[in-house]
Amino acid sequence: MTETTQMARLGAVRPTAEIVAARLKRRHNAERRFRAVGLGAVLLALGFLGVLLFTIVGNGITAFVQTSIRVDVTFDPAQLGIEGDTSADALAAANYQAIIKQALYRTFPEAKTRGEQRQLGAMVSSGADIELRKMLIADPALLGQTRSVWLLADDDIDMAVKGHIPRQPGIAGNRLSDNEIRWLDELESRGAVKTRFNTLLWTSGDSREPELAGLWGAVVGSIYSLIITLLVSFPLGVATSVYLEEFAPKNRWTDLIEVNINNLAAVPSVVFGLLGLAVFLNIFGMPRSAPLVGGLVLALICLPTIIIAARAAMKAVPPSIREAAAGLGASKLQVVTDHVLPLSMPGILTGTILGMAHALGETAPLLMIGMVAFIVDIPATPLDPSAVLPVQVYLWADSPERAFVERTSAAIMVLLLFLALMNLSAILLRKKFERRW
Amino acid sequence: MLRKTMAVAAIAVASIAVAGTAHARDQIRVVGSSTVYPFTTAVAEQFGKTGKFKTPVVESTGTGGGFKLFCAGVGPDHPDISDASRAIKASEIETCAKNGVSDIVEVKIGYDGIVLAAAKRAHHIDVTRQQLFLALAKEVPVNGKLVENPYVTWNQIDPKLPAQKIEVLGPPPTSGTRDAFIELVFEHAAESFPELKELKKTDEKAFKKAFSSIREDGAYIEAGENDNLIVQKLDANPNAFGIFGYSFLEQNEDKIQGSKVDGVAPSFDDIASAKYPVSRPLFIYVKKAHVGQIPGIKEFLAEYSSEKSWGKTGYLADKGLIPLADGERKEWAAKATALETLKK
Repeated sequence: MTETTQMARLGAVRPTAEIVAARLKRRHNAERRFRAVGLGAVLLALGFLGVLLFTIVGNGITAFVQTSIRVDVTFDPAQLGIEGDTSADALAAANYQAIIKQALYRTFPEAKTRGEQRQLGAMVSSGADIELRKMLIADPALLGQTRSVWLLADDDIDMAVKGHIPRQPGIAGNRLSDNEIRWLDELESRGAVKTRFNTLLWTSGDSREPELAGLWGAVVGSIYSLIITLLVSFPLGVATSVYLEEFAPKNRWTDLIEVNINNLAAVPSVVFGLLGLAVFLNIFGMPRSAPLVGGLVLALICLPTIIIAARAAMKAVPPSIREAAAGLGASKLQVVTDHVLPLSMPGILTGTILGMAHALGETAPLLMIGMVAFIVDIPATPLDPSAVLPVQVYLWADSPERAFVERTSAAIMVLLLFLALMNLSAILLRKKFERRW
Repeated sequence: MLRKTMAVAAIAVASIAVAGTAHARDQIRVVGSSTVYPFTTAVAEQFGKTGKFKTPVVESTGTGGGFKLFCAGVGPDHPDISDASRAIKASEIETCAKNGVSDIVEVKIGYDGIVLAAAKRAHHIDVTRQQLFLALAKEVPVNGKLVENPYVTWNQIDPKLPAQKIEVLGPPPTSGTRDAFIELVFEHAAESFPELKELKKTDEKAFKKAFSSIREDGAYIEAGENDNLIVQKLDANPNAFGIFGYSFLEQNEDKIQGSKVDGVAPSFDDIASAKYPVSRPLFIYVKKAHVGQIPGIKEFLAEYSSEKSWGKTGYLADKGLIPLADGERKEWAAKATALETLKK
């Protein structure tokens, strides 16, 4: 009797097969919905990444080329102010700006007033004299002769050639005056304007003139910092995890240490910067803005990541290997150095590289130790003041000059390239040495 | 493997120990205001190009943060020069003196204008400082009482202003530009309202709070420290106004336009002649005790105060610095050369 009432309650009108089919359909629908949401999330993320990369590349790609202007420069000893004296010192100290200005005035004799001549002189970068100095010192016989030279253009001219500022005359407030636009058009029609690969971006340090600013100082600073980070965090991290994983007794103290290490991985990085300021600068008296201190601070940030990854890799080594080694008479240390460490090394290295990639992108902790600074000279040792790549991005993003907008994006692209290379090497290392049991 | 890692670790520790020993410094170090940073860096670069001295290292720490480092002591571990977008405070001089930094040379380098600007195609307004206060302060006087800011559109403040939502992008509280804007616009405006003037007499603290709070209901949008970002947002949204330093207006005048404040548009000449009301002086402060200890400080000051850098057509003017008047320049250059210290 109970059975019949139950049947009636469940819907006696519908046979069981139909109920099952309907339920199955519902379950399949739920799964499909879930998959669609998951796929949607992935597509959304990809879309954002695409937009990000598109804007960065779109903004920054032009920074890899740089506009130059061809001018016939006369190395006139009188203008250079070195009559009679052709020693290397005199050539180095000569007034190259003067011969550049003279060459421009000769090219456009219609610029008569002081204001016009000022505008004309401003079309060439204030750093263009360095090229001429190099030329003349390499070949002093050029004195008194005229040569056709490609000179670095000013950043505003460069922006106009690349289409970032308007080139139609008569726009109020334009960075370029109508005169400059006319001269630029004329130079272009003579084939005296060209863009070429921007070598300064790769070879010089920071500058307040966008056309002279380069990333090399920051790249060197980043490399020094990361070497220090690696030298400090890798041995410390591996030693810590070997001890905790293989030797340490399991008690309240080791539990406490473990919890703390996991927590440290989540501490905001600026806190490590404050620690670096207090300990490395104030107590140990290390130099401010030095990659050495930056590397030490970044090592602190990396350590938890490395320890967690290394311990996970060691845990994954099967106990049978440890037991077999021990069974053959190996001491505990031998088991670790000869078997556990080599087998877990791919995992440890992957963790290390990911930690380092994280460190490469940090700026906040470096603010505290003075690495967010304008530094022109390329650091020769890790003790010299230096910036790092993300700091350079931050400083350029904050600069008023228009041309720094594209340079910021270019710096981001270089930074992303470094990150991609590091992550790629992590993947390759894992692929090469990974062992499955 | 372990032996090798331990050897590497030992080398690393040893190198740190070596670095830890005291070091002499042969390079000028500058800290301080992010507003002065573009100018000091330009001078530093020119100074470094002469080749006799290393290029000074310039950190952008903010004016207050700069003085904190500057006043921490004498010796190669402490900076030589501090950039400031305001004059040094008495309390800061005191801190300095406490730490042995007694002789400080002050050099006024020029002016900076703070502008209210919008996209070129936007509807431009001519506002007074009072109107700006009414538009942006958290509490404003209405019918003799201080109330939460009720204004939504500009024309509610003055029918002559456009019927357009109040939308202003500006710097966050950590910024020196915001401090200066509050001091130059809000403080000045607040004193012109009888209600607030009354308050100043009875309760100085409440008055200060009233004029230094910016509204938080969405009409004032904190756009971060990056002025380039504000410029881009203005270009995209013609209904919005932005508050930032004059050098950013100068670089982007093909896209944005400065609004008139008290009837004066922010132009190079009007800021230089102090006709434009929202401008402030910029300074650098030099530790006299370091002159002769750190090479090049005197020469750096000479470069800074030369006509080719801070003059009317100097390279700092190209970077957006508003130069001092001719006489003033001479006077401050003389002070810089003579290393004349601040009087207590």
